[in-house]
Amino acid sequence: MEFSEHIKTANVEDVVLRRPFHPPMQGTLCVTGHHLLFSNRDGDSSRLVLLLLRNIDAIEKRPSVSSGTITLKCKDLCVLQLDIPGMEECLNIARSIEYLSSLDIVSDMYPFFYRPLKLSLQDQWGLSSPEQNYAQMEELQDRWRLSHVNKDYSVCPSYPPAVIVPHSIDDETLVKVAKFRQGGRFPVLCYYHRKNGMVIMRSSQPLTGANRKRCREDELLLQAVIDGSGLGYIIDTRSNQQAQQARMTGGGFESKSSYSCWKRLHRQLERGKVLQESLIKLVEACGDHSHSVDRWLSKLENSKWLSHVHTALATAGLLAECVERDGHSVLVHGSEGTDATLLVSSLAQLILDPNTRTLDGFLGLLEREWLLAGHPFQHRCAHSAYSHARLRLEAPVFVLLLDCVWQLARQFPLAMGFSEPLLLRLAREVYASDYGTFLCNSDQERCAAGVKERTHCLFQFLLKPSEREHYSNPLYEPTELAIWPSIQPQSLQLWRGLFLRWTQHAVHLEKAQEELRNLVIECRGAS
Amino acid sequence: FLNETVENVRLIDRTAPRKAMVGTLYLSATHTIFVENNPETRRETWVLHSMVASVERPPTTPSGSHLVVHTKNFQVVQLLIPQERDAMDVQASLARLSRPEKYSELYCLSINPNANKEEREESWSFLDLQADYRRMGVPNNLWVSTPANSEYRVCDTYPSELFVPKSATPPVIVGSSKFRSRGPSDPFFSQAAICRCSQPLSGFSARSQEDEQMLEAIMKSNPGSDYIYVVDTRPKLNAMANRAAGKGYENEDHYANIKLQFIGIENIHVMRNSQQKISDVGELKTPSMGDFLWGLESSGWLKHIKAVLDAGVFIAKAVAEEGISVVVHCSDGWDRTAQACSVASVLLEPYYRTMKGLMLLIERDWVSFGHKFSHRYNHLEGDPKEVSPVIDQFLECVWQLSEQFPCAFEFNERFLVQLHRHVYSCQYGNFLGNSQKERRDMGLRERTHSLWPQLWKDRAQYANPLYRADHTQTQGILRPNTTPYCFKMWKGMYNRVEKSSPPRQTPTDLLTAVREETQQLEEELTNHQEVAPGGTAQPGTKQGIQTRSRNAPNERCSLRPIYKFINVSLLITIN
Repeated sequence: MEFSEHIKTANVEDVVLRRPFHPPMQGTLCVTGHHLLFSNRDGDSSRLVLLLLRNIDAIEKRPSVSSGTITLKCKDLCVLQLDIPGMEECLNIARSIEYLSSLDIVSDMYPFFYRPLKLSLQDQWGLSSPEQNYAQMEELQDRWRLSHVNKDYSVCPSYPPAVIVPHSIDDETLVKVAKFRQGGRFPVLCYYHRKNGMVIMRSSQPLTGANRKRCREDELLLQAVIDGSGLGYIIDTRSNQQAQQARMTGGGFESKSSYSCWKRLHRQLERGKVLQESLIKLVEACGDHSHSVDRWLSKLENSKWLSHVHTALATAGLLAECVERDGHSVLVHGSEGTDATLLVSSLAQLILDPNTRTLDGFLGLLEREWLLAGHPFQHRCAHSAYSHARLRLEAPVFVLLLDCVWQLARQFPLAMGFSEPLLLRLAREVYASDYGTFLCNSDQERCAAGVKERTHCLFQFLLKPSEREHYSNPLYEPTELAIWPSIQPQSLQLWRGLFLRWTQHAVHLEKAQEELRNLVIECRGAS
Repeated sequence: FLNETVENVRLIDRTAPRKAMVGTLYLSATHTIFVENNPETRRETWVLHSMVASVERPPTTPSGSHLVVHTKNFQVVQLLIPQERDAMDVQASLARLSRPEKYSELYCLSINPNANKEEREESWSFLDLQADYRRMGVPNNLWVSTPANSEYRVCDTYPSELFVPKSATPPVIVGSSKFRSRGPSDPFFSQAAICRCSQPLSGFSARSQEDEQMLEAIMKSNPGSDYIYVVDTRPKLNAMANRAAGKGYENEDHYANIKLQFIGIENIHVMRNSQQKISDVGELKTPSMGDFLWGLESSGWLKHIKAVLDAGVFIAKAVAEEGISVVVHCSDGWDRTAQACSVASVLLEPYYRTMKGLMLLIERDWVSFGHKFSHRYNHLEGDPKEVSPVIDQFLECVWQLSEQFPCAFEFNERFLVQLHRHVYSCQYGNFLGNSQKERRDMGLRERTHSLWPQLWKDRAQYANPLYRADHTQTQGILRPNTTPYCFKMWKGMYNRVEKSSPPRQTPTDLLTAVREETQQLEEELTNHQEVAPGGTAQPGTKQGIQTRSRNAPNERCSLRPIYKFINVSLLITIN
């Protein structure tokens, strides 16, 4: 596609750029296929501001007779303003931004054009494969096997080509189970607890429907999971009522009569539109500086964002408790098994497994539990909190995960190998990125679009020595123990670093973090 | 009822009611002490009687009678006593012991002060208010010390030494003070000054020439400015209502060159109720996020904290940015005025963000200027309507600021919590009574010890490791953001971590620990070198130790700290 068709005015002189923390700046604005480029030459020194068009969530234009103002609200929650001389130019630029910031075709997106000198497309894409993951976990290999039943993505389009299932369950059975689960997402292993051999499984809902259909193979598979330990838990991320209602549309839940060794627990986690609206309300509240303390607190409450954080952590805590304290295996699912399910299972792994708390381990967890497990990033992150577009499939599930991880890291400042800047970076990259990592909705789609051959991998980049330093936690001190978060509301806080990112408030806190980092490095360097 | 002993008492952990400790309860003259029976641990829990706010006895259960003790610093101790009779006795004794009727019953006055006379005398000379005025540069050619109040005749709730504009003659001072219960005087000086007073007795039309001259004199003492701000820290409606009682606020027509500004800090009764509500929020057992935020909102507490901070910000801006002097008052001039002036001082002057500076500020703006400590903090059985968390709010403002500027304060949260505790505890004589005159009449300096040197001695545990005198946040005036989202519930005050929950370490605590350890190791190293064969220590080493003061950050780089983490398993408990 030719981007130039959509760029009527490519250059405007004497534009004024206003953005947080900087005085207004006058210079030249330039529109390219993927960026807004603003440059200002002041004597010998020139400054360049580069904004990825994909990052723009909403654009508001106020043209007047001889000039116009464009307000750009970005997905990283930054708000910029451009004063453009000439109404015609202003409207042209606004139109270009509107079109180019919401490209639909994956291969038109910037990661396919990003070619920095220091990276090569020959570098390994991704951190690990299901095969490598399986090979590393020797202790589970006598009871669990790696199945390639999905090698051409035909059994479950949103799963990776290889998954871990009980040894006694053959591929034929898996195919039948997949037909009984929404989207073919049959129960697979996502975590093996070394201490007691218990596991966390995840799947989508069973398609029992109104007539309480059964599937012998599905029951067999779950029986094989708890073989020997007698009892398992199913954490359903919907309320009991929601699960009942799902039967009307062909979904359902594991009934006591068919799955007698499994005990169901219902914990309602919000998803989809409710979650997206919660984010919108929260960002709106954070952006309004005029109101009183009462109004702020009531808006904060009304957004329900912190309630979602609370529920997610509480459910993850429950899951971890079942595994570590009660010694039972757990199956997690909601309806599709691609959102709340992944949120709960990955948080529980952070609580239980020290290996996921290192920088490498955490990125590995995201790769396994979000990218390979088929979280539909492209759908969920098409728009952020400012967009006026009609909501379709957007939902900030991944941002909610990052917020929960931040709460964990705040409560256990020594336990995580990665730092807040990493979480902030991921929160930005997931919406607009130079890298291909968060493109598409599943591994299958990424392969089809050639993402792995034609874009660079964000995770690989973040682990380069130059970046690693910045994203490591200077206070990190590994612990083998589980980290049980306090889920009292008094213990949870608004993530100021993200939601108040563009206020002076966040700058002071950032400086303090820098001071802390310097002190620790100084102390360490001296010893 | 002294030395009462009850056996087989259970101390209940409120977060895990099944994990109770069994032990013996002792009531001494000053403390309630619980000692665990378990011979291995024998953990002790001490509660100072003067810290007890209330003792409730819920209906008796088959296993015994519960006693719920709330302390004045928002901690809760829950006991289960097997015999109802014993529980009633303990409750009655505690009620009596926690509400003394005479000063002489208080802890600080019940110990023999002459035991270490020298130490006592020294403790009172630890802070020097005069030196602080000199540090600010007063007296000078514009501001002088007036002897008018040396015998507390002009105003018995003011200190004996006051600074006033040089051009204000004694008749003007006395005249002004008659028109107000507390005449204007100056606690903070740069070029522009902050002065404080009570409301004028203006009613609807009364005026006082001397008072008008006094404010004029204050303006003239700030060469170059042609007006002053008069900050009335009350909501305008309250100030207007006061006029009907012959009091009120300055009529801008009568006073040349003043600009009147209302701030809107609510009165002591509103604050007392609000604090009760926020402490209830802190005690909620398993609230939902909605319950918690709703409780926080309906307590109104953070709104009041913001009002106090806003008052300080207004004054600080006027003085530092506009160079205009400010006269601050509320009704009596000892509650809201003290809050506003001291918050402004913290914002304006880096010195007041150090440990010693904050002590001095409290000594000056609160203790010497007649904040009614004994009434406000319920030291003696008295009128419950006089009680109000005025200084609590000041300390919380400082805490909120320290959350916003983590590198700007020399002290940590623990220091503020400790100050708060001692305002209520009466273990030291500093905060007894309601004015300097009362304290002098009671002879407190002869009969009690001062808190300040004690805090100073323990300063290592109150230090903020992120503080550096040369950090940008430390320098000059603080410009806090007072947007509502900047205010948080003070968890360390209203929701302290209880015993069974994991002790969560903060990164700054960790750094403090590291630094202390480094310091110890280094001292050992030096001692070692000093006794090393050859007899002489290397001169450089010795110097290195001497410069290891918190206020000499530039030398910090010359240190060779040895880094070692404290045992991490302490930080994260297994459950």
